[in-house]
Amino acid sequence: MYRAGEMRNYDVIVVGGGHAGCEAAAVAARMGARVALVSFSRETIGAMSCNPAIGGLGKGHLVREVDAFDGLIARAADAAAIHYRMLNMSKGAAVRGPRVQADRRLFARAIQAALAAQPGLDIVVGDADAIVTDPAGTVAGLKLADGSLLSAPALVLAAGTFLGGRLYRGEWSAQGGRTGERAATALGRQLRDLALPVARLKTGTPPRLDGRTIDWARLERQESDRDPWTMAPDTPRRTNPQLFCAITRTNATTHDIVRGGLDQSPLFSGAIGATGPRYCPSIEDKIHRFADRDGHQIFLEPEGLGDALVYPNGISTSLPDDIQLAMVRSIAGLEAVDIAVPGYAVEYDHVDPRCLDRRLGVRDVPGLFCAGQIVGTTGYEEAAALGLAAGANAAASALDRAPVLFDRATSYLGVMIDDLVLQGVSEPYRMLTARAEYRLRLRADNAWTRLGATAAAAGCLGEARRRALDSHRADCARANAVLDGDIGYDATRGRPRDGQRRSLGDRLALADTPFRDAAGDIPALAALAPEAIDEVESDRRYAPYLARQDAELRALAANERIAIPADFDFAAIPGLSNEMIERLTAARPETLGMTARIAGITPAALSAVLVRLKRIAA
Amino acid sequence: MGYRDTIFALSSGRLPAAIAVVRLSGPHARIALKLLINKEIPDRSPRLVAIKGGDGALLDRALAIRFDGPGTATGEDIVELHLHGGRAVVDAVLATLGAIAGLRPAEAGEFTRRAFDHGRLDLIEAEGLGDLLAAETEAQRRQAIGQAGGGVSHQVATWQDAALNIAARIEAAIDFSDEDDVGDADVAAIHAACAALGGEIGLWLARPPAERLRDGIAVAIAGPPNAGKSTLLNAIVQREAAITSPIAGTTRDVVDVAVAIAGVPYRFLDTAGLRGDTDDAVEAIGIARARAAAAAADLVIWLGDDDAPEHAAVIRVAAQSDRRDGPDWDARVAHADIALSAVTGENMQRLLDLIGERARALLPRDGEVALNRRQRDALAAVADSLDEAVRTRDLLIVAEHLRAALGAFDRLTGRARTEDMLDALFGRFCIGK
Ligand SMILES: Cc1cc2nc3c(=O)[nH]c(=O)nc-3n(C[C@H](O)[C@H](O)[C@H](O)COP(=O)(O)OP(=O)(O)OC[C@H]3O[C@@H](n4cnc5c(N)ncnc54)[C@H](O)[C@@H]3O)c2cc1C
Ligand SMILES: Nc1nc2c(ncn2[C@@H]2O[C@H](COP(=O)(O)OP(=O)(O)OP(=O)(O)O)[C@@H](O)[C@H]2O)c(=O)[nH]1
Ligand SMILES: [Mg+2]
Repeated sequence: MYRAGEMRNYDVIVVGGGHAGCEAAAVAARMGARVALVSFSRETIGAMSCNPAIGGLGKGHLVREVDAFDGLIARAADAAAIHYRMLNMSKGAAVRGPRVQADRRLFARAIQAALAAQPGLDIVVGDADAIVTDPAGTVAGLKLADGSLLSAPALVLAAGTFLGGRLYRGEWSAQGGRTGERAATALGRQLRDLALPVARLKTGTPPRLDGRTIDWARLERQESDRDPWTMAPDTPRRTNPQLFCAITRTNATTHDIVRGGLDQSPLFSGAIGATGPRYCPSIEDKIHRFADRDGHQIFLEPEGLGDALVYPNGISTSLPDDIQLAMVRSIAGLEAVDIAVPGYAVEYDHVDPRCLDRRLGVRDVPGLFCAGQIVGTTGYEEAAALGLAAGANAAASALDRAPVLFDRATSYLGVMIDDLVLQGVSEPYRMLTARAEYRLRLRADNAWTRLGATAAAAGCLGEARRRALDSHRADCARANAVLDGDIGYDATRGRPRDGQRRSLGDRLALADTPFRDAAGDIPALAALAPEAIDEVESDRRYAPYLARQDAELRALAANERIAIPADFDFAAIPGLSNEMIERLTAARPETLGMTARIAGITPAALSAVLVRLKRIAA
Repeated sequence: MGYRDTIFALSSGRLPAAIAVVRLSGPHARIALKLLINKEIPDRSPRLVAIKGGDGALLDRALAIRFDGPGTATGEDIVELHLHGGRAVVDAVLATLGAIAGLRPAEAGEFTRRAFDHGRLDLIEAEGLGDLLAAETEAQRRQAIGQAGGGVSHQVATWQDAALNIAARIEAAIDFSDEDDVGDADVAAIHAACAALGGEIGLWLARPPAERLRDGIAVAIAGPPNAGKSTLLNAIVQREAAITSPIAGTTRDVVDVAVAIAGVPYRFLDTAGLRGDTDDAVEAIGIARARAAAAAADLVIWLGDDDAPEHAAVIRVAAQSDRRDGPDWDARVAHADIALSAVTGENMQRLLDLIGERARALLPRDGEVALNRRQRDALAAVADSLDEAVRTRDLLIVAEHLRAALGAFDRLTGRARTEDMLDALFGRFCIGK
């Protein structure tokens, strides 16, 4: 423990104990950095501000990618999971999205336990007041509100929605980052002082219901998946009892009540000017924009095992309390429901991510990294993934190691970072599989294979995970060897054989059933790890399509190798339109490939950049 | 990195100007120069040359310079033509270059890209790029306000929106399958939408290309030696464009003559007589060229027996009707579309009418918008992708083909696809929890 006024030295300081901050601190410590994790309070570390669910489409992929770096979120999700659901089970393996419903308290406890067990990581309870820089403008440390100082050459800012946070509900509004928690106002002001581009975004959350007042018997139930998969592939088994969710709908009465209250909603009265996410609209928005719909589905999700709170997924709102209550009571099964905590909207500062480089480092403030909601994303998984990337790079920078970079062609993390730092955001950014042009390669089930080598090389893996990864690789190699062999198995069953020699893998691919179903007939298959069979099966099924993308990827890689210096002056290129100069200057692409991806940059503009590059080099 | 095709472009500033520089770069640059000026000139010494079009007509007297690679601006063989900068001259030279196999107009920035890939960028004049950028912006502006190619851009934009909407349906089903507003993907309906769009694009692709209006309809006159092909050509174009003689094997090279008849532009191609048994090496080359010309032509006038070449459009002619030569004359007339004499003029008008009739089907109709080569290539790629999309029920693979289709549209219109698709998606479905 420390005393106020004392000065302590670290390699990396992380501000924020949310999903971004926890992953950042943990990965930096795994890499051998001495880390301080600063948070308002110890209890809220690992808190879920909103929906107690982890994973989903695109998001589940991110969770598995963080897990491939030995991160916290997948294992914590398993420790807290009270309901598992594999989304898109009927579709191709590349877009299956693992999602769990998590017990809020168990989740935070798992995160806190993992952090406590991590050597080299101190938790510092305090209010981060100001980032300290040296005269050259490089990060030197952090000043806390009580006056004490922490020193470090690298700092990850992961303050979530707390910077300049303001909560809204009906005509009520107050400063705050989350209900019942204060905002980080001084820090928000400092970012503006550091001349970082800051803008406002908003998001919202539904009221929490008292589950004891819900008429569950009337409602359709959704049970947890029986198939025993887990969020982290090496979690031995599911531990918690599994709860069910229930489904209900809004109706015409609900819509009338909402419409009647629109003038008291801060979203419509003009109190909130910032943009919210289109994929996470408030019920006010849904009813206003899609007036023709007669009802909207609501999932009633239990918040925890010993917890009566229920999260009504689908009715985020900032209407006044009385209207919220009338609204929920108009819904089937909720006629007598009590609201435990009302819904609200929050408007907050975020940093325009185009001021970041691919390491999530602030270009103009060496040593400063940003991650999580503060860079314009929304969601725990997005925050955790960015935290991992920023933490790894902060540690790499402090320890003088090579940066840890992510590629669009090999990870959702690469897609997200590339999108953020090049295009910026116009609404809170959420991961979608549609954003990944190479999504056939980026499956949730092959995250370890895709990223394991990078993670190991960067020193992000603990000993146990290194062994697990090695054995998974060996399993896959064995599975491939068996499938490449020519074992007599007639996949076409009954249909005449064409006499051609085919490998077992090719034969199985001809049949439309999963490879593992053939294990009963083929002892060599039965001896393999089922996850390895699934993974190499998908590799094989998608192989022809992946081969087609190879040329595209080679061209991409060629452009990616052409670097653009940090001080490159886009405005000095003759002939570029002002709009192009503005976009290029805001995003400061680091390679020609990145330049090409910025919206609105034409091939001719790209050549102009090339010419200028060559001129400078000459 | 080796490129297989040769690119060309007007590389000096805007027209009209005192001098217009047309630059070619790539493996065929030297051959193309030889075709244009009919002789070789030495490496790196400027020569005043006569540039001729495909029909032999003089296009311009200009300065030509040949730079052999790799020590050139792009690292490839380069040819520069310094033309008198009138629009008509430049257009004619560019059109002639475009008709040469292996050559195509350069995309914006392509010279620079080649220079870069060959490590030669320092030699490119960067100032020219400003103009290029200005020209590009100007073209986009005109496109946007629908002056140039407005009809096509509008149509392409409509198709692109249709494809974006299909993609949005698929992506919604993939990324938001747990939303009740989205529901399960109706693969049959998505297939139907792909097929409908692909079919519509296919109809446009089946239409005559825009280039025929500019370059003319290619009509090859082919048949055995001495059939009277050159005589017929001269009669059609009403001048002594080709040498005629009673010696079999008079015509060796392809004679290419551009004329307009009844307002329709044509290129008539007189060819060497076809026979299998020549020992003359030069004639053999001529015969090979004749076959190639006939195969590439829009229309073939065949002066032989019933062994006309395989071609979609053939007019069979029994020639020299004034002579009615040989025992098989009646047989020839029987399987010909028309019997005529280029010497007496008998049935010549009927032949021209017949050609005109066929030609109308090959040209864009009045008021009908035609696609140029670049548009056709991109749209053909779209149509192929849509066609493949219909052949699988795996939604993910359907999405992959749609992605390829949208990529082809992007190359044509320069729009960004993911954001547009998401706009379509969120506009259509009420999504979100
Ligand atoms: C009201 C609301 C609704 C949301 N709705 C959704 C939703 O529907 N779907 C969805 O996917 N996501 C939603 N989110 C987003 C999701 O909660 C966040 O994206 C995610 O938690 C961001 O993680 P983070 O680590 O960036 O920040 P947070 O989880 O917000 O963590 C920030 C941390 O920083 C600490 N901190 C901040 N300032 C200081 C300081 N000065 N000194 C010390 N500590 C500090 C805080 O104590 C906290 O621990 C919502 C968030 C909110 C607030
Ligand atoms: N009487 C008559 N003579 C013709 C007619 N057409 C061609 N001839 C003669 O036939 C001979 C051959 O004619 P060309 O036009 O040179 O024949 P070609 O098919 O071009 O022959 P090659 O170039 O050698 O393949 C010449 O002497 C012509 O004058 C015709 O319609 N009537
Ligand atoms: Mg002849």
